[in-house]
Amino acid sequence: MSQSRRLVKGGRIDRDKPLSFVFNGKTYQGYEGDTLASALIANDVRVVARSFKYHRPRGVFSAGSDEPNAIVQLEEGAATQPDTLATCIELYDNLSATSQNCWPSVEFDINEINSVFMRLMPAGFYYKTFMWPAKLWMWYEGIIRKAAGMGLAPKHPDPDRYEAIHTHCDVLVVGGGPAGLAAALAAGRTGARVILADAQCEPGGDLLAETDELEIAGEAASNWVSKTLAELRDMPEVRILERTTITGYYDYNWLTALQKVTDHMGPDKGGNLPRQRFIKIRARQVVLATGAIERPLVFAENDRPGVMMASAVRTYINRYGVLPGRSMVVFTNNDTAYQTAIDAVRLGAQVTVVDARPAPQGDVVTRAEALGIQIMDRSVITNLHGRMGVKCVTVQHLGEDGTTLLGKPIPFSCDLVAMSGGWNPTVHLFSQSGGKLRWDDDKTMFVPLAGPAINPSRSVGCCNGTMDLPGCLAEGLAAGSKAAKDAGFGTGRAPKAIKATARPEAPLRPLWEVSCHGHKSRFHDFQNDSKVSDLELASLEGMVSVEHTKRYTATGMGTDQGKTSNVNALAIMARIQGREIPAVGTTTFRPPYTPVSFGAITGQDRRELFEQVRTTAMQPWHVANGAVFEDVGDWKRPRYFPQGSEDMHAAVLRECKATRDSVGIVDASTLGKIDIQGPDAAKFLEMIYTNAWAKLGVGRCRYGVMLSEHGMIFDDGVTTRLSDNHYHMTTTTGGAARVMGWLEEWLQTEWPEMEVYCTSVTEQWSVASISGPKARDLLAGLTDIDLDPEAFPFMAVREGSFAGVPARIFRISFTGEVAYEINVPTCYGLHMWETLMEHGKAHDICVYGTETLHVLRAEKGFIIVGQDTDGTCTPMDVGMDWIVSKKKADFIGKRSFTRSDTAREGRKQLVGLFTDDPSFVLPEGAHIVDTATPKPPLRALGHVTSSYMSPNVTGPDGVNGDKGRSIAMALLQDGRNRMGDTLYVALMDGRVKTVTVTDPVFFDKEGERTHG
Amino acid sequence: MLLIQCPFCGERDLTEFSHGGEAHITRPANPDKISDEEWGDYIFFRTNPKGIQYERWIHSHGCRRWFNAVRDTVSDEFLGFYKSGEQPPKIKRRKVLRK
Repeated sequence: MSQSRRLVKGGRIDRDKPLSFVFNGKTYQGYEGDTLASALIANDVRVVARSFKYHRPRGVFSAGSDEPNAIVQLEEGAATQPDTLATCIELYDNLSATSQNCWPSVEFDINEINSVFMRLMPAGFYYKTFMWPAKLWMWYEGIIRKAAGMGLAPKHPDPDRYEAIHTHCDVLVVGGGPAGLAAALAAGRTGARVILADAQCEPGGDLLAETDELEIAGEAASNWVSKTLAELRDMPEVRILERTTITGYYDYNWLTALQKVTDHMGPDKGGNLPRQRFIKIRARQVVLATGAIERPLVFAENDRPGVMMASAVRTYINRYGVLPGRSMVVFTNNDTAYQTAIDAVRLGAQVTVVDARPAPQGDVVTRAEALGIQIMDRSVITNLHGRMGVKCVTVQHLGEDGTTLLGKPIPFSCDLVAMSGGWNPTVHLFSQSGGKLRWDDDKTMFVPLAGPAINPSRSVGCCNGTMDLPGCLAEGLAAGSKAAKDAGFGTGRAPKAIKATARPEAPLRPLWEVSCHGHKSRFHDFQNDSKVSDLELASLEGMVSVEHTKRYTATGMGTDQGKTSNVNALAIMARIQGREIPAVGTTTFRPPYTPVSFGAITGQDRRELFEQVRTTAMQPWHVANGAVFEDVGDWKRPRYFPQGSEDMHAAVLRECKATRDSVGIVDASTLGKIDIQGPDAAKFLEMIYTNAWAKLGVGRCRYGVMLSEHGMIFDDGVTTRLSDNHYHMTTTTGGAARVMGWLEEWLQTEWPEMEVYCTSVTEQWSVASISGPKARDLLAGLTDIDLDPEAFPFMAVREGSFAGVPARIFRISFTGEVAYEINVPTCYGLHMWETLMEHGKAHDICVYGTETLHVLRAEKGFIIVGQDTDGTCTPMDVGMDWIVSKKKADFIGKRSFTRSDTAREGRKQLVGLFTDDPSFVLPEGAHIVDTATPKPPLRALGHVTSSYMSPNVTGPDGVNGDKGRSIAMALLQDGRNRMGDTLYVALMDGRVKTVTVTDPVFFDKEGERTHG
Repeated sequence: MLLIQCPFCGERDLTEFSHGGEAHITRPANPDKISDEEWGDYIFFRTNPKGIQYERWIHSHGCRRWFNAVRDTVSDEFLGFYKSGEQPPKIKRRKVLRK
């Protein structure tokens, strides 16, 4: 029968809007306002999932985000979501979900065999059993993952859109129950900017599960909720965020929230709205009104379908119009579960209350008795039957010591057990904020003690251990007013008290675990299948610390973060260790409070918005001409330009050769460029660089190396004096931002008296670097600048016009050829490039990329900082003694040259390597050793830093030619004293290559070509 | 997410800033005249206190100005912000909640 457990009336569901949905391939009906869990219960679907480890059948357990059992795979294909809680999925039309972790079906699951061998699979089972042999671990792991997994991750890209946003407020109220609503009201009335975040589809908290008997301000509680929300919505500075869970509480009242914007509509039904929003909130003040979570009782077979939390049963009855069982045993140690018994009896259920307390008294007990409910006092459930759903429980008396069982076991037939072991304040966010907890013995719960000064917050209502409704409202009003005042609004005086029905409660009887006969499973952590016996075993095996026990038994480590299990586990550990509960300690609550999808955290920052891509003005030409790109920092740089079917090797050989034979052109726009001006600019550069700058003539360029204070190279480049107090500095492409920061740091923090201004102009200039024997001929027809070597020598700059646009032309060379770096304003970059390519045809111009750039400079032995150096190299280490001024009194890093380690003999030094086999290119990073038959342990003498095939270099054996010859640069211990030595390079695959140590300058050692 | 008071721009999120280590470490005026130990102390050694630390920050994704802050390294509480070159505020010894 359809919806056989649905009540004929009542609940906040809309019976005029029936919805159909599919669970495990079968179609069911529900109503708008249902959750998947309430709709499944209405349809009498008892087994919803299989447990994590033992594959035991499990049913719906709770009615909220504390649910450890009813975890399902929602939807299919790209939109599928694993590990979603049936209790938190709002039903929509045509929803489809399946059970996880079972095969072939949830009713019949092969792996339930694990359950039979349960005693062979105790805590730490994986560590003990699958340790040996190590090689088989991967195989074991595959089997375990399949058997013990949760849901399946989607195989396709996430089709949904997400938003990640920032927002600010004066007072953030977390939780829309009575305390939270009262706080929002009090804070909102002061005019403060208030955000009220509530996880559910409508605020109200537990009031939504109440009957109309409960009154607030003289009317039914639900009416008060509606009126309060209406008042809040009228306040222009108050925002109510529904379906929004605060997931994390970080420093300085920075909290994260997940808003489920369109999840409740179903896939593809959200229109232009994102599926979820990740909201980062900075709040001046926080009011935590996160409520409390009911504690399960730990008794024999307490995980069977049909064992539910008493408050959840009440929620299903009153909020969803569903009666989860007709024949119910309420098992409790406190008063609150009696409300469930009362509401169920009134709707025709048969109810027996099993109360651990002797002779319970008080208003709620009296009312229950008046309705004819049988109450068995000082009694507990000692066993439960019904593998696929509760059929019968056994009840026995409990001795005064809390463990001895007395009298005869009495069986009770039933289809539902509603249990309550008391309440745990939801202190997760408070704890995340750095707040300390205190064990309250009277209330038998952890309550907030003191929060850190950097996170001003107030806990109110149930999450503060205040469990009565008038108290919740009063605390909410007071905290809302005070929070607003601390944020600069109102007087701090609370509004007039709100009257509400008081339900005085008698004390509970602590009952952390219920004795049973024989070896019965008593679960304290349902999601991770962790039992009392596991905690006992962990203790036997030497786990004392709560953190160790937690990890050994997996207690509290599921997606539910131990919402229902942590305190019970602590109390059981306390019993095992013979200590008080607070002495055992608590584990640290970590964000997120509920799972957050990566998509939401990512928000819009995906694909092209994830990381900025920088391109030069010449990019369209590069793309049109088939460039293969590589990433250099954020830049896309052409790596090589293949022609026809060329691979990189062939293209690079051709480009290298053409540049030395005629003229090559490379886009050098990405080099960092810093404009430096001011009367102290020269003095500043004297400190920044190792060589002399004061006497550099106007219009002349000089290569410089920058060191850290440790004396190690950290960047290099050519700097040009444009006028007396005006310099143009270039840096490496990847180091541009770092160098800019370095200059600013020294100017601001160490030498603020220097008048120097640094401006990054990297993107202001487009740069084409042409080099080769025909470079001058190419340039000659395109500029008004006199190119005669006498008038425009090497290492000089000239300003003039190029192809009709203003240009600065630097005669500097990274290839060792006659070379010009033509700089034009970026808007003319493409024009400059196309002009050069057009006119270059007559000079056999060849465009090249970074790969050829690297080969050409390696032929000349020019270093690339960060490739041939690694932060442990002085200028002397790389053979650049000539760049270190002997006359300057001081520059950054100079003093470190005389430190013992920096000055010692035998440091790693830059050398060249020729392989014996001219056709073998060594892998960069390969280690250099001194034996042809290396066996570990072995000391590496150094490593290969750069390695290429060069078409221009002739080796010691006289080999060169069109196929090229292998060259390499390396950092080698005592390298300069090893010139001509034969050494070996050990490869990852076990091969060993013989190399000869040589000077790192492989080509045109005298530099004749550069000056030509 | 720390909330930092840039003396030039006001309160901003930590993500706009970079930390610059301990403040008030002056570069020796005559490096050549000091011992290896003194130079090593300048480049390598820092106080790393448990408690109150005077430290440098730069508003790297903002005004790009360096400034100083006083922070309790245990509680992450900022006790003051001041510009480079200004006198640090006097901080009384105080008891902080230990995390």
